[in-house]
Amino acid sequence: MSPRPGFVLEVDRSTPPTLFWHGEGFRLERLPVGSRVIYPPEPVAPLADPEAAIRQALEHPVGDSAPLSALLHPGSKLTIAFDDISLPLPPMRPPDVRQRVIEAVLDTAAAAGVDDVVLIAALALHRRMTDDELRHALGSRVFDAFAPHGLLLQHDAEDPSGLVHLGMTEQGEDVEINRRAAESDVLVYVNINLVAMDGGHKSVATGLASYKSIRHHHNVRTMQHSRSFMDRHNSELHTSNWRMGQLIAKAGVKIFQIETTLNLDTFPSQFGFLQKREWEWSLKDRAAFHTTRAALDRTPPAMARQIFQSIRSPHALTSVQAGEVEAVHDLTLANVHRQQLVEVQGQADILTMGLPYISPYNVNSILNPILVACLGLGYFFNLYRGKPLVREGGVCIMSHPTPWAFNPVHHPSYIDFFEQVLAETTDPIEIEAKFEESFATDPWYIHLYRTSYAYHGVHPFYMWYWCAHALQHLGQVIIVGGDRAAVRRLGFKPASTLADALEMAEDVVGRDPTITHVHNPPLFISDVR
Amino acid sequence: MSVEALVPGAGTMIADSLAGKRIAITGATGFLGTALVERLLRTVPGCELVLLVRPGRRLSATERTAREIIRNDCFDRLRSELGDAFPEQIASRVATIAGDVGSDGLGLDAEGRARLATCDIVVHSAATVSFDAPLDGAVEVNLLGPSRVAQTLLDVARELRPSDAPLPHLVGVSTAYVNSGHHGDAAEELVTESRYLALPDWKGEVAAARRARSDADAESRAPSRLAELRKAARHELGAAGTALLAERTEKLREEWVDDTLVELGRSRAQALGWPDAYAYTKSLGEMALAETRGALPVSIVRPSIVESALAEPRPGWIRGFRMAEPVIISYARGLLKQFPGVPEGVVDVIPVDLVCAAIIAVCAHGPEGAEPTIYQIASGVRNPLRYGTLVDLCEQWFTERPLYDAKGQPIVVPTWSFPGRGKVQGELRRAAKGLRAAERIVSMLPVRGELAEKVSALEEKRVLAERALGYVELYGAYSETEARFRIDRTLELYESLDELDQKAFCFDPAIVDWERYVTEVHLPSVVDHARVRTSPGKRVSASREERARKAILSSEPRCAVFDLEQTLINSNVVESYAWLATRHLSPIRRAQLALELAAEGPRLLAVDRRDRSDFLRSFYRRYEGAPVERIRSDAWELFSDLILTRSFPDGLQRVREHRALGHKTLLITGALDFVVAPLEPLFDEIVCARLGEKDGKFTGEMVATPPTGEARAILMEQWAASFGLGRDSTVAYADSTSDLPMLEAAGYPVAVNPESKLAAVARKRGWLVEQWAQASGGPRRRLAVSTRTVGPRTTLSASAIAPSGASRVTSARRGEA
Repeated sequence: MSPRPGFVLEVDRSTPPTLFWHGEGFRLERLPVGSRVIYPPEPVAPLADPEAAIRQALEHPVGDSAPLSALLHPGSKLTIAFDDISLPLPPMRPPDVRQRVIEAVLDTAAAAGVDDVVLIAALALHRRMTDDELRHALGSRVFDAFAPHGLLLQHDAEDPSGLVHLGMTEQGEDVEINRRAAESDVLVYVNINLVAMDGGHKSVATGLASYKSIRHHHNVRTMQHSRSFMDRHNSELHTSNWRMGQLIAKAGVKIFQIETTLNLDTFPSQFGFLQKREWEWSLKDRAAFHTTRAALDRTPPAMARQIFQSIRSPHALTSVQAGEVEAVHDLTLANVHRQQLVEVQGQADILTMGLPYISPYNVNSILNPILVACLGLGYFFNLYRGKPLVREGGVCIMSHPTPWAFNPVHHPSYIDFFEQVLAETTDPIEIEAKFEESFATDPWYIHLYRTSYAYHGVHPFYMWYWCAHALQHLGQVIIVGGDRAAVRRLGFKPASTLADALEMAEDVVGRDPTITHVHNPPLFISDVR
Repeated sequence: MSVEALVPGAGTMIADSLAGKRIAITGATGFLGTALVERLLRTVPGCELVLLVRPGRRLSATERTAREIIRNDCFDRLRSELGDAFPEQIASRVATIAGDVGSDGLGLDAEGRARLATCDIVVHSAATVSFDAPLDGAVEVNLLGPSRVAQTLLDVARELRPSDAPLPHLVGVSTAYVNSGHHGDAAEELVTESRYLALPDWKGEVAAARRARSDADAESRAPSRLAELRKAARHELGAAGTALLAERTEKLREEWVDDTLVELGRSRAQALGWPDAYAYTKSLGEMALAETRGALPVSIVRPSIVESALAEPRPGWIRGFRMAEPVIISYARGLLKQFPGVPEGVVDVIPVDLVCAAIIAVCAHGPEGAEPTIYQIASGVRNPLRYGTLVDLCEQWFTERPLYDAKGQPIVVPTWSFPGRGKVQGELRRAAKGLRAAERIVSMLPVRGELAEKVSALEEKRVLAERALGYVELYGAYSETEARFRIDRTLELYESLDELDQKAFCFDPAIVDWERYVTEVHLPSVVDHARVRTSPGKRVSASREERARKAILSSEPRCAVFDLEQTLINSNVVESYAWLATRHLSPIRRAQLALELAAEGPRLLAVDRRDRSDFLRSFYRRYEGAPVERIRSDAWELFSDLILTRSFPDGLQRVREHRALGHKTLLITGALDFVVAPLEPLFDEIVCARLGEKDGKFTGEMVATPPTGEARAILMEQWAASFGLGRDSTVAYADSTSDLPMLEAAGYPVAVNPESKLAAVARKRGWLVEQWAQASGGPRRRLAVSTRTVGPRTTLSASAIAPSGASRVTSARRGEA
């Protein structure tokens, strides 16, 4: 039986309460009759033999590219860059896709007699991965073969000697990327395409670039003109990355892009209820939900966070394609859409969403208030094609505890951004003009980014820019069940219950509003007609 | 416009008779003295004044006159009336001579004596008015003062005045309470004439008081007493270092001697039937004056309890926090739940302007006969204010206009039920004792941060309870006095004045409307002076903190010195060691070692408290044989896994703010160089411990001992001096009294998450206190052990950890520490 596609439910009197994610917990909410709930499609069938599929892709590349084995020769300088900890979410059960692909690439390289191989985690301005995380992504065999010899590196966007400036695009954008990657005979990029935003030229042009380069597309103007950044053909972010990618290719960097897609089998079986529609919950699902919720109610938040952070997702590989970047990415997008696209008719006055504990930037960490905003208004809001799920001037209601809490190791500049910048203004344009440079060039943040496990000093700004399109589009943002002070600091309105939030929203959108709820994760893209 | 129209006293008989006279005044910096000087200058335009002022520690007598008398708001009215002519008037009519009534000959120089010799009238109002002054001090000023003045006047008259010139008229200011130890009428007569006073030989009392000072001093130096005082100092300051403890011990010793003399004074006074040492010494002072005055004409003015002005220079004018004011404010703040007294009894209050007018009238009237003439100026007989009425008026007034507590909540005033003095004292004593005990117990708890601040607030409560007890013990007698001070002679003098004089120099207590005086004049003035909160809302202290932060983070050059443990991070050398030592162990061995260290904790803590250097020296031996390269590399993981996780983001931010302002930053810590190396970008210099190395292994011996105690203060000063900056420009951040020498030496001391002892010190000194917490979203773990698997640190590029060259990690050599 083929998996069922996504589904739009219209709430009626017999509809059971709807599950909302609420950080490290859940809420069951009764949506008003007539509200629409969008459910993700069921997971599509995985590839039967992933190893074979990977080998097949390496040997039968798409676009203008020779097979990998033909590109490699004895004496070749090979660099394998790979997506970092931000993908996939939650981290997947071993073996990780990256491990499978890289092992295959290394086999091919070994067969070709290549002995100059370096692995680079494509961090961009993200935090360094810990050894445990690297080991998880690459597998012990790869890790132990490379790490002890200094051949497993993490991209350092602040290492002047480790970067090379390849030129400027016709739009005047600097292209500066990792020197080792640029100077290799072959740069293999191993991607995991969890959402439509990932992959393509963005892999190298962002993942291996410096702040000087990234700032050309990670800014307010670009984000406000990306409608959405999940839709590559309508995304200014991607257009800029594509210009840069083409320049990189022209500069002679030979990229062999390997992209993979995963199905929506996001949560392990004990959390099966998260992937089912409430009215289809079996007795077992109900019991699982109620026990889970009862247990979480009695667990301190820090411990609940640890429990959730230990979740390993059963994500399975649905496609793998390799070769020339653009051709590969077109196939990838088709595969992502095959799994994730849900057709939705028209916009609503109010969009509601439950925000989970995790985002790309807090793996093994806490979802701080800035990341709460980014997850809701950056990611979930932008998971659309066509037009946003909510009309212009509409209201977005998000559910999350939003504690005033930060990880001091991962997010030091976030703390100062929250305490200093947002205390003064929440306007992305003003923030960008007034504060970005001092944070981006702050030597202490750079020191922590390079030597510890900190996101770059400028990173919280990007999170805020990610919200820029939504902030421009929406009439009001309400967070249900959040820390009031933290919510206010974000410039949003706090509400105790969803009912209160809906009442508040009516002040903005008028009586009897239309309501759409996105029932994710598992993640999906709404194709709004 | 004529001068008469401008000046209220001008043209009166009194003004006329004092015109051209030169009047000397002692005690002009006091409440009554200031009012008298102003009144004379304003209403007796023809007189000149000579003020005998004691030179202060920093200010000369002339400067004190300018700052403490003329600049007082008492002169606002005169200043505005005279306009530009004010300075010239003051300069031409007021002269200052340096002197001290506490020493023989008044400590006058030749010029002072010459000036005094020209005076026609001398008003002696200098006194130690505090009711709880040490006995010997009160004896020198109150008892011997008047006769010293008389003696000096006789001396200078003999030497410097023409023999036919009349002797000056000495007007002594005393107190009605010299004669209060009995029920019923207290007449305007010399104490020696009173039938109800047991008067001792005043010379014997002087000798005894002077001996008591030396006896108490000797006793304070006894070994057992010194041991006790040292213990008290240590209890208060903790391990603050020898110098500070010695200083504090000496201060406590001096306080002990003073306290002993205060107690002696009070018990001696009460044994002889006076309410306190003030009335007792004043009594004997009158006696001594009567005995030694020779041919000098003497008048004595005895006011009762002098309070704020009824009308002159303006209603409510008051100087200093006097007798009734602290009691009233304590009551309004809800601290005095009870106060002894008899509701139908009389509180004998007299506004200061009435007293001034009486003194001026006595001056103008001149001496009467050969015997000293006594004028009492009191309200009790002519226009009594009942104690019950006063309390009712206060209760009503503060109910309508409550004071507010620190949280902005209105304070409800208690209703007094007028119990006996003994009962109130008993209750307060028990409360103070209980609080003392509680304070002693909790101060031993190892608390810091906001909890420690609460503990130190206990101390404040105890101080308040003791103060309340003090008020009751001191002033209780005044609300229970049953003597009736007759003012017949004073009234006679008043009646002898013509209408104009009576108007300009009114001192008939009958004119006081007590209800109006209490509610419209006195209470508003008292509340105004007390600087208490009279409006609801947020804490006022927040703005004080803000100001302090602003001063610290100014664009002026500064040298900011930071301690590490508990100031910037919530961790210590033991944890760093545990983390590094367990990194390469199996999980089971990790837990074992961590538990072993935890078990050793109390012992280690005790050694650390006794002597920091000894502790570090012995603890760091554990690093003996550890591989240098591996430890240095692991220390970078330690930085992320322990140091940053346990850091106080506000603290790191503060360091960065200093640097952004161009300030110099220095870290002084007992931690090892490799532990603090990742913090280099924050500091211009790091002074830390360093271990010896041999064959790639640590020897376990410190080759550089970090400075502790006073050495830190010295280092801070030297370091600031190397940038050409003085102590005023230094900022010190520390968390415990072991850094007290450095905090004391700093221009801007900041107590960070202070433990209770430091919290108490900081509160007393008004130091900025910062409560810096760990970020709430970081990983929490109980044991400081490495939880990550061990991997080669190949993922960190060499250039990332290379010293930037911007900072130096240095350490004091053994010899310097």
